[in-house]
Amino acid sequence: MSTAVEADPAIPAGSASPLGQRRPLGDRAFAILALAAGLLVLVILVLIAITTSQQAASWFSAEGLSIFSNNWNQAANQFGVLAFMYGTAITAVIAVIISVPVSIGIALLLTEVVPRRWGQPIVYVVDLLAVVPSVVWGLWGILVFAPWVQHIYSSIASGLTGIPVLSTFFGGQNISGASFFTAGLILSFMITPIVTSLSREVIATTPSIDKQGAYALGATRWEMIRGVVWPHSQGGVVGAVLLGLGRAMGETIAAALVIGSSPTITSHLFAPGYDMPAGIANLFGESSGVFRASLLGMGVLLFVFTIVINIIARGVVERSARRARGA
Amino acid sequence: MAVLAEAQAEPQKVDLREPPSWRRTKNRLMTVLMVLAFVIAIVPLGFVLATVIAKGASVISWSFLTSSIPPNVLPANVGGMGPAIAGTLVITALATVIAVPLGILGAVYINEYGGKGILARVVRFMSDVMTGVPSIIMGLFIFTLWTLHFQYSGLGGALALACLMLPIVIRSSEEMLKLVPDSLRQGAYALGASKARVTMTVTLPSALGGIVSGALLAVARAAGETAPLLFTIGIVTSVNWNPFSSANTSLPSQIFLNATQPYDGAQARGWGAALTLVVIAFIFMIAARLVTARFARYQR
Repeated sequence: MSTAVEADPAIPAGSASPLGQRRPLGDRAFAILALAAGLLVLVILVLIAITTSQQAASWFSAEGLSIFSNNWNQAANQFGVLAFMYGTAITAVIAVIISVPVSIGIALLLTEVVPRRWGQPIVYVVDLLAVVPSVVWGLWGILVFAPWVQHIYSSIASGLTGIPVLSTFFGGQNISGASFFTAGLILSFMITPIVTSLSREVIATTPSIDKQGAYALGATRWEMIRGVVWPHSQGGVVGAVLLGLGRAMGETIAAALVIGSSPTITSHLFAPGYDMPAGIANLFGESSGVFRASLLGMGVLLFVFTIVINIIARGVVERSARRARGA
Repeated sequence: MAVLAEAQAEPQKVDLREPPSWRRTKNRLMTVLMVLAFVIAIVPLGFVLATVIAKGASVISWSFLTSSIPPNVLPANVGGMGPAIAGTLVITALATVIAVPLGILGAVYINEYGGKGILARVVRFMSDVMTGVPSIIMGLFIFTLWTLHFQYSGLGGALALACLMLPIVIRSSEEMLKLVPDSLRQGAYALGASKARVTMTVTLPSALGGIVSGALLAVARAAGETAPLLFTIGIVTSVNWNPFSSANTSLPSQIFLNATQPYDGAQARGWGAALTLVVIAFIFMIAARLVTARFARYQR
């Protein structure tokens, strides 16, 4: 602790007076309290990994490597979670593919197009997407959106019959309003604010002098964005997209209501499926024994995936921010 | 030819603007697409809010806000969501009491004590990472750590929500502490104040507005969370104001339950609860904006 205090730039060198040698008890206690609060974050993350893994241990030992198999059968006590992992990946990817162009569009609109006094209201409105609770998106999704969108899915599917690639994704017999695609769509609404705000932060660091230079050479606004803003912010936007992906993977309740609750692996996006958080949320109440351990194990896997994605994403964002400051 | 002759006759009226070209069309097109992106984003928001208000407003009344939760088969005009509202208020308040002081202290560590040291950098980085940990993981965590040993209670839910809020409060408070000018701290040091005293009486008060606003946003986020509560608070149908003993319930949990019910009455109560929850979340968000605005004026 004392080394950290000595290294503090806030205390000028001159203050190392005799008084500084014997710091009052309250002062030291406060420093220790602050340190403890700071360390709490690390402690919680480590504890999450330990306690949940412990509870999931019976699943790992009962199933071995077949925890990653596509064999989910509660009646037969078989708990392979591949279908859930597949659903998590597919819904998160759908969410990102839909959300990213929209988010980058809004971020560019805010930073490069509209005057600042219009920008703030736009930010507020986009942030409202994040203030609407997950469960409210889910309620709307299952009671209003899914029944409505089912007809659209059916007509798309029948229109695409026989077309090779498209019917693989958007065809199939088992069309449902509650499906991978509905879940991905609703997740895309939910991650748009965070992807927008992070992209906007990165894009806003583009040096004004570079932008003026592009305009001086006769570039249109779009050419300036392509030539100056995009190369500058590419890295940071990739980080923002990864963070959005992590959010979409972990978003639970909305997905639990609209994904269709059927652990199947299929290329048909309009078919009902399952993903990891939704599986945990929907099945936990009825579970016990190895079944419950498998759900906790799914939580451990989800924790590891999201932590890894977040570490990579934050690393990318920080590196690009450092580069932007250095440039 | 006629155009040319006209131009020669009145040279000052020559149109100097660049003629329409693919480059300019493309620029227009892209600008339109950016506006379209914004429109695409607000359409679902509009639909959700319109539906929640339309379906929720017809259910909400004073008795809806206070009555206990009836069996699902009963029609919409019977019973209400009183226990869920009480639970949400109690659990969120308790989570705030736990998470906000710890979060502010953590931010004080990162910004005032840790400085550029490796530990402070790790704590800051891991707080960022922790904001991305799915809320359902916090629920599972408190389930294994707390609920397994001490049964369902509001406190368990509050602990899970506090885990969710902690990194948000740390990061927002830390951003605010960073903005406090060093000259303020040095002025206080020059008067002989100890570091704890400087932090408590000078640094924190000057960042107070931003810290409060960040905490309110964290509360808004936590109040709407369902996943951390699923495995930690259980379910009840009558009001339980005591978060420390026996099971509890909350608005998000009830909405989640009612959304999958086939009965019209249960679904209608779900919409009523959704409107109540959205209003609560919006109140906290607007409060945060007001505090920010007031703080910004004070700073100037």
